[in-house]
Amino acid sequence: MQPPRRKAYRHNNLHHPYLILERLNNSAKNVVYALQEYFALAGKAIGFIFVKPFYASDTIQQMNAIGVGSLGIVLLTGFFTGMVLALQMSVQLQAFGQTALIGRIIAGSMIRELGPVLAGLMVAGRVGSGIAAQLGSMRVTEQIDALNTLGTDPIKKLVTPRVLAALIMLPLLTVINDFVGILGGNVIATFYVGLPSSLYWRTVYEQMLAGGFTLRFIPNDFVQGLIKPFVFGGIISVTGCYYGLRTTGGTEGVGLATTRTVVTASVLILVVDYFLTQIMLTLFKP
Amino acid sequence: MSDDRRNKPERRVPNAPPQPSMPRRAGDSGRVRAAIRDELETLAEAGAEEQAQPNEKEGRDPARKVIALDNVSLAFDEPILQDVSFAARGGETIVVVGESGTGKSTILRLILRLLVPDKGRVCIDGQDITELTFDEALEVRQKMGMVFQGAALFDSMTIHDNVAYPLREHTDLSEDEIEARVREKLDFVDLDPDKVMDQLPSELSGGMRKRVGVARGLANNPEIMLYDEPTSGLDPLTTATITYLIIKLQRELGVTSVVVSHDIRSAFRMASKIALLANRKISFFGTPEEMTGSDDPYLREFLGGF
Repeated sequence: MQPPRRKAYRHNNLHHPYLILERLNNSAKNVVYALQEYFALAGKAIGFIFVKPFYASDTIQQMNAIGVGSLGIVLLTGFFTGMVLALQMSVQLQAFGQTALIGRIIAGSMIRELGPVLAGLMVAGRVGSGIAAQLGSMRVTEQIDALNTLGTDPIKKLVTPRVLAALIMLPLLTVINDFVGILGGNVIATFYVGLPSSLYWRTVYEQMLAGGFTLRFIPNDFVQGLIKPFVFGGIISVTGCYYGLRTTGGTEGVGLATTRTVVTASVLILVVDYFLTQIMLTLFKP
Repeated sequence: MSDDRRNKPERRVPNAPPQPSMPRRAGDSGRVRAAIRDELETLAEAGAEEQAQPNEKEGRDPARKVIALDNVSLAFDEPILQDVSFAARGGETIVVVGESGTGKSTILRLILRLLVPDKGRVCIDGQDITELTFDEALEVRQKMGMVFQGAALFDSMTIHDNVAYPLREHTDLSEDEIEARVREKLDFVDLDPDKVMDQLPSELSGGMRKRVGVARGLANNPEIMLYDEPTSGLDPLTTATITYLIIKLQRELGVTSVVVSHDIRSAFRMASKIALLANRKISFFGTPEEMTGSDDPYLREFLGGF
């Protein structure tokens, strides 16, 4: 590709009102265009899940990289978050003489919020950046063009397996994160607060019952807690692929792509989490 | 193949039919260089000889326009190509030369339909590819093999998997057949299959990677080969090896090629016709002999001391 040449004519006064308007107009157009591209990529990636050829081995490889590879980091975050939550709650609840409720609070917050969001943020940092770096390097070394030349749709070969793997693995990671978090709470509740384990787990169980049920037997907390990571998985993988595929400018571009992926995916996770919570609290009233 | 090409000076009659294989790099580079020079000359003569007899080779129909660009214009932020037209007939090697940043590689991207021109037509085998959908374009691309500037091998795959990639994607060949084809192609580009097949691209030298790139481009037996700066960044010896390979491909397989290069020396060796791209236009299109004979000042300047 040719490097863009310097514009032949450039207005001297950069603060000229017309130029400011023009720049605003251009940046607004760019934002809309980027959004369109982002959703087009997401749509294609998901659509290709159902279209032959299926790159099953690539998908399994990605599931391994995204899911199994993130296990350590997710176990650590989950466990320590559960512990610190129990610690803080023990202090707060002691004031009201309600330390017995630690289990309820930890289960509620881990399953509904912290489990999905923390798993999402950790995976965004670890996997999102990896996806962007890999696809970005493939872009700058012309491997993406090579795929195109060899008659393969890069979206199908590279994006779909990653998106599918993330959609499957994020909910699984979240379940593990939730469980380990509640376990961490259990450790603190038992050894620091002195609450019997049986009481702790009973309150955890009560919390699940209290939230109400979907289809009569699936606790609403679970539904909420599993829809979120599914969406987050999509956000992380699509954002990584989006920035990776449009990388320009060599190694510096790859660095930019990874940074942008982590920032965008993390912010999107937090923002989308709020709206999802709002929607689901309306839909699944206890 | 045009006749002018055959009229190059200093041609010898090829000696024995089984041609010696390309000498691998050795400590004694002077000897190797001499051997390569001999090899290239022998090859050129073999081609001349072949040309004298009626040629039945597939894909080498000199009358057929295999690749044709008709008044192609393309602009991104500013114009890159304006009214560019040229055609490659069956079995020809067109070398596109020009200064850096004049849009040479863009021409390859247009032929591959990785880019669509703003104006004009690009035809492959008489089929206008500018109007194709993405999926149709993927099919047309299977007729072509492309060798990228940096080889663009998939670095997560072994050399075997890289060369086998187009076969696994588009053919129903069994794994044994695929392996046989991979060995054949690696042999063709003068790499030892047993040695390199299980290696990763990062373990090979630049010249070897490029040859693997050629092998991958060839895997599906394409009618058209495209090369983006095949000799840039290589030492003179490896440059000669790659040039030799492109000539061998043209001679033995009758492949139609477009080579983008600014290595004028190897361009003269392999080109049936040379296209000079300057100021967004093709300012010269003709045989190497016509090029050296031209009085155009820019051309003379471009050729420098050559």
